[in-house]
Amino acid sequence: MKTQDHAKAAEAFIKDEPRTDWHDETLWFIRTKRDKSVHGIPEWEQLRQWASDIKDHTLSNLSNYLIEFEKNATANGITVHWAQDAKEHNDIILEIARGHNVKRMVKSKSMLTEECHLNPFLMEHGIEVVDTDLGERIVQLRHEPPSHIVLPAIHLKKQDVSETFHEFLHTEKGNNDPQYLAEAARQHLRNKFIESQLSLTGVNFAVAETGGFVVCTNEGNADMGAHAAAVHIACMGIEKIIPKAEHLSIFLRLLARSATGQPITTYSSHFHKPRPGQQMHLVIVDNGRTKQLGRADFKNSLKCIRCAACFNTCPVYRRSGGHSYHSTVAGPIGAILNPNLNMKENADLPFASTLCGSCSNVCPVKIDIHDQLWKWRQEISAEGHVATVKKAGMKGMAFILSRPGLYRFSGKMGRWIMRKMPFLFRNKLNPWYKQREMPKAPAKSFRDWYIKNKKS
Amino acid sequence: MSAREDILKAVAANQPSSKLLPVVDISAVIAYDDVIKQFTTVLESIGGKVISIPDLQSVKEEMATGTQQGKVMVNAIPELGTIDQTLAEATAHQLAAVDTFFTKGIIGVAENGSVWVAESNMLNRLLPFICQHLVLLVEKKNIVATMHHAYQQVDTFSEGFGAFIAGPSKTADIEQSLVIGAHGARSLVVYLL
Repeated sequence: MKTQDHAKAAEAFIKDEPRTDWHDETLWFIRTKRDKSVHGIPEWEQLRQWASDIKDHTLSNLSNYLIEFEKNATANGITVHWAQDAKEHNDIILEIARGHNVKRMVKSKSMLTEECHLNPFLMEHGIEVVDTDLGERIVQLRHEPPSHIVLPAIHLKKQDVSETFHEFLHTEKGNNDPQYLAEAARQHLRNKFIESQLSLTGVNFAVAETGGFVVCTNEGNADMGAHAAAVHIACMGIEKIIPKAEHLSIFLRLLARSATGQPITTYSSHFHKPRPGQQMHLVIVDNGRTKQLGRADFKNSLKCIRCAACFNTCPVYRRSGGHSYHSTVAGPIGAILNPNLNMKENADLPFASTLCGSCSNVCPVKIDIHDQLWKWRQEISAEGHVATVKKAGMKGMAFILSRPGLYRFSGKMGRWIMRKMPFLFRNKLNPWYKQREMPKAPAKSFRDWYIKNKKS
Repeated sequence: MSAREDILKAVAANQPSSKLLPVVDISAVIAYDDVIKQFTTVLESIGGKVISIPDLQSVKEEMATGTQQGKVMVNAIPELGTIDQTLAEATAHQLAAVDTFFTKGIIGVAENGSVWVAESNMLNRLLPFICQHLVLLVEKKNIVATMHHAYQQVDTFSEGFGAFIAGPSKTADIEQSLVIGAHGARSLVVYLL
């Protein structure tokens, strides 16, 4: 639930300047690793084009592909469920869990279940849910949401993790060694895997022609959970479908390189049939996606493969942190996905951007992210969800900019005031003065200079 | 109407007009002069180890030494010795004691150091993940250049389960410091035959 808008939350985030710099540099470091990895693949741009075209094709035939996928998955022995919204999704999972009298379950990373707020729902119903991705476990213990879809605890320092683990896993106080802390988590979670009755995973890609699905992790937690528990539930949005298994080659080449600069994730697991004696369920979720599919300007956002390259490159994300986006998916892609779910609640997000376009340049499936950010701003303004001050400012600007005489007069006045009464600009009421010095006012405008100099 | 019908109806109503699938020409992708060298360099850069062997003798000795030291060594390679088929039914609790698991990889991929491991070589789906150390045996002739070649060569969905495995399990979730040995194997050795 939103407590404050992005700009306010970002203002709180940047109060700690060294920490903001550290956050910025850490994410930029990941971006540079991506670049290094990408430069080793001469056909990178071709791969992006293929991936984009395959997603375009799939979205344009999605109803048939969903039916084909369901038919093949069912033939493989997977039970397929459909959920229109978060509530239906959560109810389906609770019913499966109750059917097996499940008390404890493990989860690997699934942003969809975050979006549906599954964990608190299941815990209210008496089921212990343990997130097993190390970053997710850290934020779960701290009762925080993930701040990044690939690196959930990227906002934390090792001292923070050490304190959390000391409190919950009884590690040595003050031991901040990542190796030591990760080992403690390994031991702690190994028991959870072994004892768990149900395992829930996300889905990276679902293949229509085979009815199988692929889950990618570096830690091995999806596999540890899925192959140990008697019941495996995989949750996916309708947009995760790709037509053929051979298309995985393109997406797996792009995904990890874009995300972290790795050539591929450690595990790319292809689930096809349940093992003997195991139950495998698949929940296909809409939750606003069909609506987004129908928005001509924004449907491309459904091509996203959740690599988070756009987060890592974004100057606003890097300097405001994931939590300031008050949504499951933060960053530039979140800023174009979330207004679809709730335009009013997320009206601030498309403005959390400089429109520099770096997000679109790194996107492995060529989503026009910065164009969509700009289009959402117009949509949001038209719907009347823009703050009154911003709206009044924009209206005033438009009034002046469309009247050249008035514009020139205002410029002259402004320069005169800046010279004679600088205190009128140098105060807290002027947002441009925050963290900035005002420039020295020039004696004349560029127009005056140009008229005087153009003939010489 | 059920959720299924509602969703499918909404998708059909809202999906954009049909676009063609692209033609993927894999002659346009990277080629390596020496795929084995590339595979080795990449896998070692992500924490794995690659060792060329003339025959299985050294691997047999490694397994015997481990067993003598009281470690639980599990074999799934027929040429290496007997295979305990009862492990197919073993629980996670029982398999948690496994130190090293030896099995075959079907193909290796030079561009990313990954190895395709099929369920029929796993004995139990958990074994390649729950073991402390993983040893994969791959034939040199089965190293391909890229993922495109890999999917051409193996039908990745012909069995119930399979995985591309690239190196030991790892995490960088604590301040981006790389730690080898997250939840899966702490080490991966690929023997090239």
